[in-house]
Amino acid sequence: MEFKFTIEGGNFSKAGSASSEVKKILKQLNVNPKIIKRTVVSLYEAEVNVVAHAFEGNMNVDIDTDKIVVKIEDKGPGIPDIDQAMQEGYSTATPQVREMGFGAGMGLPNIKRNSDQMNITSKVDVGTEVEIINYLG
Amino acid sequence: MEQVHFYHALKVVDEVCIGCTHCMNVCPTAAIRVKNGTADINKNACVDCGECLQACPVNAIIVEQDDFTQIFNYKQRVALLPTVLLGQFPDDVSEVQIYNEIKDLGFTHVYEVDGAVDVLIDSTKKFMHKHHQERPFISSFCPAIVRLIQVKFPALVDNIIQLKPVIDISAQFYRKKLQDKGYAQEEIGIFYVTPCAAKIAAVKSPVGEQKSLIDGVINMDFIYNKVLLSIKNSKKETKKYPENIHMSRRSIGWTLTTGEASRYSGRCLAIDEIHNVIEVLEKLENEEITDVDFLELRACDHSCAGGVLATENRFLAIERLRKRAAWYHRNKPMIMPEREIDLYKTYLQENIGIDKVEPRSILSLDSDMMVAMKKMKKINRIMKVLPRIDCGACGAPRCQALAEDVVQGKAKMTQCVFLQKMLTKEGLISPQESFDISEDTWGKSRFEKKNLNDH
Repeated sequence: MEFKFTIEGGNFSKAGSASSEVKKILKQLNVNPKIIKRTVVSLYEAEVNVVAHAFEGNMNVDIDTDKIVVKIEDKGPGIPDIDQAMQEGYSTATPQVREMGFGAGMGLPNIKRNSDQMNITSKVDVGTEVEIINYLG
Repeated sequence: MEQVHFYHALKVVDEVCIGCTHCMNVCPTAAIRVKNGTADINKNACVDCGECLQACPVNAIIVEQDDFTQIFNYKQRVALLPTVLLGQFPDDVSEVQIYNEIKDLGFTHVYEVDGAVDVLIDSTKKFMHKHHQERPFISSFCPAIVRLIQVKFPALVDNIIQLKPVIDISAQFYRKKLQDKGYAQEEIGIFYVTPCAAKIAAVKSPVGEQKSLIDGVINMDFIYNKVLLSIKNSKKETKKYPENIHMSRRSIGWTLTTGEASRYSGRCLAIDEIHNVIEVLEKLENEEITDVDFLELRACDHSCAGGVLATENRFLAIERLRKRAAWYHRNKPMIMPEREIDLYKTYLQENIGIDKVEPRSILSLDSDMMVAMKKMKKINRIMKVLPRIDCGACGAPRCQALAEDVVQGKAKMTQCVFLQKMLTKEGLISPQESFDISEDTWGKSRFEKKNLNDH
């Protein structure tokens, strides 16, 4: 089953609404609560990344009986050095974003921790695509 | 799925219910539907929060209670009181009078359950220290919240502290104390005076315990009326406060908001009112809130002072309890005499644990994921034809709820009044069929011919 959600860049008050929708769906599909939690935590981090850094983005969710594949793609500045961005504590968030309690540099590492597979592709000044895969077995 | 019977104290009196949908629209777990003109509560989804009772305009929802005379089946009759009871009475009524009147009703012992808080605080600190990796800890205080987590937030059941609440600790204390005095188990009857429906459900079908330690429950408004009536008729002069009892500020404040959260170190949050709690649990589940150590969560607005069986305005009750706590604090004895409960502390702490709380999600559409996915697709298709205005005229709180009921075989799509009109226009159902469907939802009496000129 496929679902698509849009993410608005810069609107922190709505950050988390797409992940909450996905959570509702997974609960209805009787997915193991522990897997739901991992998935939702990783999606929430990815969603906040789009809000904090990009202009706009989409979350595409594909649920199958054996796995959940989520692609979060955005139009934004892109990530010049993905390896560096994957390090805990590394952050390019602006002071304003940090003041709101975001941008601690834990986003991407936290996504990795809470997913079975994670793939990032990014083009500077174009955008970033994060793919998160969690297996249900 | 296995069928388990859940006891609920909240009951709809069909003869009184006018099927008005007020309760259906406020229920936080969408447990209510209107069928045949009356409200119907889904036992699996109800968490006994009492929102429906507060919303009912005709008092058709009641809190069922045990027959009072059953206390006389026991030789030793213990009344366990919540401290909020003492905040219900007018200022000129003394505590000594309240205690005496409750004894006059037939109880041989009266004990305020919040006297056991020190036992629990101590054990909670040890529990949190031992299981520190399971932060944030959620208090097991409010039975409605424990049930809410079971049905709506199954991923969070492991965060609930596995310790008995003070009511059960007090019950255990009193039972043991009387047994030590030589009374047999069957001679001892322990009764809790409850400010809410959830605590009744907790006694009748406990979570995390095999059997409740309490023999019966009496509604707080019942005791309030009885006590106040006899005080008004007797006019005996007594001292305002008893001489041989000391209640700490910790005890008196326990059932009020921040009563628990103020007792532990670290980041502790106190949240009251069930919708506020749901909002926080959603965030907790997404890990939008992290670095919290302890969560005090209560279903009622202003905690137990806002319980559905409280008679006094909650703000006035809280003010009175704060005054009471201040009085006891000012008049604290120089040397605190050892309290009876302290003699049993080791015994009580050895028996304070409860089992893990099991999740029982009401959200999943089917235990088989393939089937659940099919059902979800069907729901999404149905949602495309429903009006999405959540009018409630089908007897379900939202269009989404009707769609789910249809897929689960609990409702028919034609219950939607919009669809009925469309289908009638297309000639797919007759006006009579449409009328019959409405009668099924709203009851025959609602459609009896009324003469407009009579009014």
